[in-house]
Amino acid sequence: MNCDETYKGMYLYLDKELTVWRRWKITRHLDRCPPCSRGFDFELELREVIMTRSRERVPDDLRRRIAEAIGVEFSDEVNDPPQGL
Amino acid sequence: MANQVDFAEQAMPFMDKLYAAAMRMTRNPADAEDLVQETYLRAYRGFGGFQEGTNLKAWLYRILSNTFINTYRAKKRRVEEAQLDDVEEYSLYRRIGGLESEAASRTPESEILDAMPEEVVKEALEALPEQFRLAVLLADVEGFSYKEISEITEVPVGTVMSRLHRGRKQLQSALYELARERKLVPEPISAATKSMSPPQSESSGTPDEL
Repeated sequence: MNCDETYKGMYLYLDKELTVWRRWKITRHLDRCPPCSRGFDFELELREVIMTRSRERVPDDLRRRIAEAIGVEFSDEVNDPPQGL
Repeated sequence: MANQVDFAEQAMPFMDKLYAAAMRMTRNPADAEDLVQETYLRAYRGFGGFQEGTNLKAWLYRILSNTFINTYRAKKRRVEEAQLDDVEEYSLYRRIGGLESEAASRTPESEILDAMPEEVVKEALEALPEQFRLAVLLADVEGFSYKEISEITEVPVGTVMSRLHRGRKQLQSALYELARERKLVPEPISAATKSMSPPQSESSGTPDEL
């Protein structure tokens, strides 16, 4: 497997959607090819950045509204528990 | 058969994540709140039909996705499936020159990634065309498999892969441009030599030609 073929399979590889055999072939190439390995590492790091830097926290008010709407109490998830209804 | 009494306990822990997805899809907090609330109400009403033991998180995302499409897509024309073929092979890694400088313990590419602020990541995600955005969120932010994304968005796996591929390339391109606007990445050498344009005109718009 050469570098081009390895790159073509990059997303499938990183998404863990490859068969064992194709996965192994790419892993073997990466073990021997530092530039490809670095490119794959970059892609993983990027993914981590996208995941960790796009988080949000539900506004407490919305959490409370939803809880009230479905008529349940769930104070353990909220820092300041909802006032009694 | 799932019991509605269990709904709160099982579904509520996903609320932050669903809200983040809703923020990216609607691009504003008011609509995101409405979308999440509507998603939970629909999920609660339909929870009796949810098959216990199957993937609750995927089920919730499917409701969110359908609610989003029915509520917000209705306002707009149906989005074109294929756009911007020219960025299909875009690679942020190559763009910032990762292939040239080897063997450093802390690589320059990693430093650029480290410097990416939250608002840049969010803005780049929100700039994606709707279908690509949803696929990228489900895969890269939520870690769903192709098959799960196919079930959530109700399109074939091949379409999921194509949307993901294009979406990721466009995301990388958007990240690069946003990072460049903020001077987080060095100006590309090729552009500097090709166009002898005046340095850093502080115009608000993005350049037409790249």
